[in-house]
Amino acid sequence: MGGYARFVWPSISLAIGVLIWNIWSARRHHARALLRATRAVAMARSEEQ
Amino acid sequence: MWTWFYRLASPPHVYRTAAALTPWFYAVAAVLIGYGLVDGLVFAPRDYQQGDAFRIIYVHAPSAWLSLFAYTTMAVAGAIALIWRIKVGYAVAAAAAPIGASFTLSALVTGSLWGRPMWGTYWAWDPRLTSELILLFLYFGVISLRQAFEDPARGDRAAALLGVVGVVNVPIVHFSVTWWNSLHQGGTVMRLGKPEMPGSMLWPLLAMLAGFMFFFGAVLCMRVRGEVLNRERQSTWVREAVKS
Amino acid sequence: MNVGAFRAMRLILHRELSLSFRRPDQLLQPLVFFLIVTTLFPLALSPEMSLLRDMAPGVLWVAALLSSLLSIDALFKGDADDGTLEQLALSGQSLSVIVIAKTIAHWLVSGAALVVMSPLVATALGIPVDAFATMMFSLALGTLTLSWLGAIGAGLTVGLRRGSVLLSLIVLPLAMPLLIFGASATDRAIGGESPAGALYFLASLCVFTSSLAPLAASAALRITLE
Repeated sequence: MGGYARFVWPSISLAIGVLIWNIWSARRHHARALLRATRAVAMARSEEQ
Repeated sequence: MWTWFYRLASPPHVYRTAAALTPWFYAVAAVLIGYGLVDGLVFAPRDYQQGDAFRIIYVHAPSAWLSLFAYTTMAVAGAIALIWRIKVGYAVAAAAAPIGASFTLSALVTGSLWGRPMWGTYWAWDPRLTSELILLFLYFGVISLRQAFEDPARGDRAAALLGVVGVVNVPIVHFSVTWWNSLHQGGTVMRLGKPEMPGSMLWPLLAMLAGFMFFFGAVLCMRVRGEVLNRERQSTWVREAVKS
Repeated sequence: MNVGAFRAMRLILHRELSLSFRRPDQLLQPLVFFLIVTTLFPLALSPEMSLLRDMAPGVLWVAALLSSLLSIDALFKGDADDGTLEQLALSGQSLSVIVIAKTIAHWLVSGAALVVMSPLVATALGIPVDAFATMMFSLALGTLTLSWLGAIGAGLTVGLRRGSVLLSLIVLPLAMPLLIFGASATDRAIGGESPAGALYFLASLCVFTSSLAPLAASAALRITLE
């Protein structure tokens, strides 16, 4: 990298890290929402019975 | 024709459509980003003045662009929700905020790492950098405000209003390099007229920009699904949705 | 009996000012805070007059910003706590009228007072007398804009526990362009250059904010009061 390697590679890694974080965070967010929704549905169902 | 519009405002429709779109967005993003990174980091010619340091542009410019695009998405979605009382708008606004904040941070840090070899400093209080930093603070403000309310509906509305108020900063960030004497270089791509970059450098950059946009679409879809679920937990359609 | 908008504004303004003057200690607090904060900088950085003069515009503006934030928290809180805010909202007057009257009242007792006090502080920081006019004019425009921005923040956070920290978090990023141009105007005046550009910008920021902030703040109040 013509001497600039210590600037270029950390930048690229950080950017890729942010992409990965976004995927991970979104998946986690959805998983937790799904869990809470399932619980809410189960509770509503048990109340109906 | 209006049924298309009404469906767009319907939470179950948004939930299903987002699920269908996500893998496609990821696929396109992967191809574009993969090509962009390889071509930009390996095959694009070295810059005459900056040497290989300019290659940071391939992650810095897309991140910065996305930080603005995400905020605008958040503000527009919030405005639509406030004005026309379309609840899904709040879900989109809530979903866009953390994504946008992460890209703002990425833009600031990659920019800082690029600034060191290019300008000799990790930071400068110049208009573009400063307004981008303000953008980060605005994101934090919106996210914090939403979470501060015990009633989530009220939090959604307050955060949407704040998002709209803060959107005035977005054109400031974008036009700061034309309005003021800035250390930061002027627009090379997002301007009227032909871009100033040679094709071999430009194509990977355009690919990265487009790739990041599709990536944003994919992640936004995923987050919107979670946000919709959180808001619609008590609805009947959710029962069917969680079974699958 | 239909009270016209201007009359309502005058009545509310009168009420706000009377209430403020009934508690003179609360009135003085932000002003004393302003003095104390400006004192902190020479103590922490350097008492050298020449150095102080260089940082004086910035110090003045940061102190004005912080003391303005301190008092804006109470803009709607008192009335929200005892139900007066709801009564005002139900009165049939547009919320904008109420917001405008309250914000101007707030500015008169905080921002305008700061402007009056500023020559005193400016002397302590080594600002030359011929820069005073620019300084006071820029502070007047700036504190008014700050009051408007603060009204939006106060409207959004009035019902919240620990809303005051969040208020600062919300208002400060919005106030940053103001800080840049306000300090720049005074800085140029000290240096003998024309502050006109920065002052025009400050004025346009003030007009822009004055026209849109009442709308935003009343929308914020409506969200809180629902």
